[in-house]
Amino acid sequence: MTMTAITHHLTDEILAGYAAGTLPEAFNIIVATHISMCDQCRAALAAHEAVGGAVLETAGTQPLDDMALDACFALIDQAELVPKAQPKPIQFDGTLPAPLADYVGGGLGDVKWKAAGMGVKQAILKTSRSAQARLLYIPPGRDIPDHGHNGTEITLVLQGAFKDELDHFGPGDVEICDAQVEHTPVAGDEMPCICLAVTDAPLRFKGLLPRIAQPFLRI
Amino acid sequence: MHIERTERYVAIARQADNRKGAEDLQWVALMARVRDAQDRQAFAQLFRHFAPRVKAFLMKSGVNTSMAEDCAQDVMATVWRKAHLFDPQRASLATWIFTIARNRKIDLLRKERRPEPEDLTWGPSAEPEQAEALGLQQESNKLRDALAKLPEKQRFLVERAYFGDLSHSEIATETGLPLGTIKSRIRLALDRLRHAMQQGPE
Repeated sequence: MTMTAITHHLTDEILAGYAAGTLPEAFNIIVATHISMCDQCRAALAAHEAVGGAVLETAGTQPLDDMALDACFALIDQAELVPKAQPKPIQFDGTLPAPLADYVGGGLGDVKWKAAGMGVKQAILKTSRSAQARLLYIPPGRDIPDHGHNGTEITLVLQGAFKDELDHFGPGDVEICDAQVEHTPVAGDEMPCICLAVTDAPLRFKGLLPRIAQPFLRI
Repeated sequence: MHIERTERYVAIARQADNRKGAEDLQWVALMARVRDAQDRQAFAQLFRHFAPRVKAFLMKSGVNTSMAEDCAQDVMATVWRKAHLFDPQRASLATWIFTIARNRKIDLLRKERRPEPEDLTWGPSAEPEQAEALGLQQESNKLRDALAKLPEKQRFLVERAYFGDLSHSEIATETGLPLGTIKSRIRLALDRLRHAMQQGPE
């Protein structure tokens, strides 16, 4: 990926969650994709992982079976005898960072867009259901539709740009919003804006309660 | 070329002419012997230190005893298999093993894929900067000591965050751990790597 001047980064909170491995899969995709484009956050993540290493060093030990080392060598020898069939690395066209290309199964040209009205298109990525990741394609100058965030929402610009009342977001930038934020992002005039948007869905109650009840229950 | 690099690590450690430097690089030197010479004795030393820690980490993360035993062996086998991917300029061995254990845990408990950032590693001809590696190992040890010295309550909070008991919003606690130096060191290593990538292989 070409390096651009990224001015909007992930928060320490999110990076720490990714380092600890506690974020939902959909959030992991957006973190991994942003870090693929951003050395500043890559270094910050490594620092958070260093804390994980320090925790591993200091948080105690549990004795292993007497034969554990032999069993481990057996695993190693086994793996060397029967080399695992390595899946052939897929050559993508480089229009998407690797972690995202993995989920799309290719580059931007391979995205299976579905029309979402007013020229807007979207494609939902297959993840575990604790949060949702989708690609959005917004024609130049169009409003970015409310992607229904009830909790935290992160939007990463992949191509083009968008702006809202407060700020401007270009390729590699992330915008992080919580449920309280009311804003109307608009795609830049020059070219379509393609972004990855992740929302944590209030899944526990989805299907149990009529959607309309949710705002009143403050879930 | 790899063997040479191993010797250089050890030489640097000796050159530092203090036991501290040698100690800071001991895991790195052992890993180099595993990677370059498939040295089983070196691996046994790593195993004795790290396997019980990985097992404890997994058990505290909610993995049951027998699964944690198997999984710790499996994580250590991965350490052997992926020895060539360990980069002492960018992580301490404990940190690298932590990431392997963490990913295995996600796989085990959540049965989810773990998307990882695009890798920057660029083949074995990228010349490691020994001074950087030594610096990073030393900073990592300082971080470990700082964590050990935190007041019990704070340390417990940090640990729980990494065992996965806390949600990510609860992790954002002020602990005052010295992350800054590690961050800038890693940044420097990344800059070097990017620079080397632009130059192309020798």
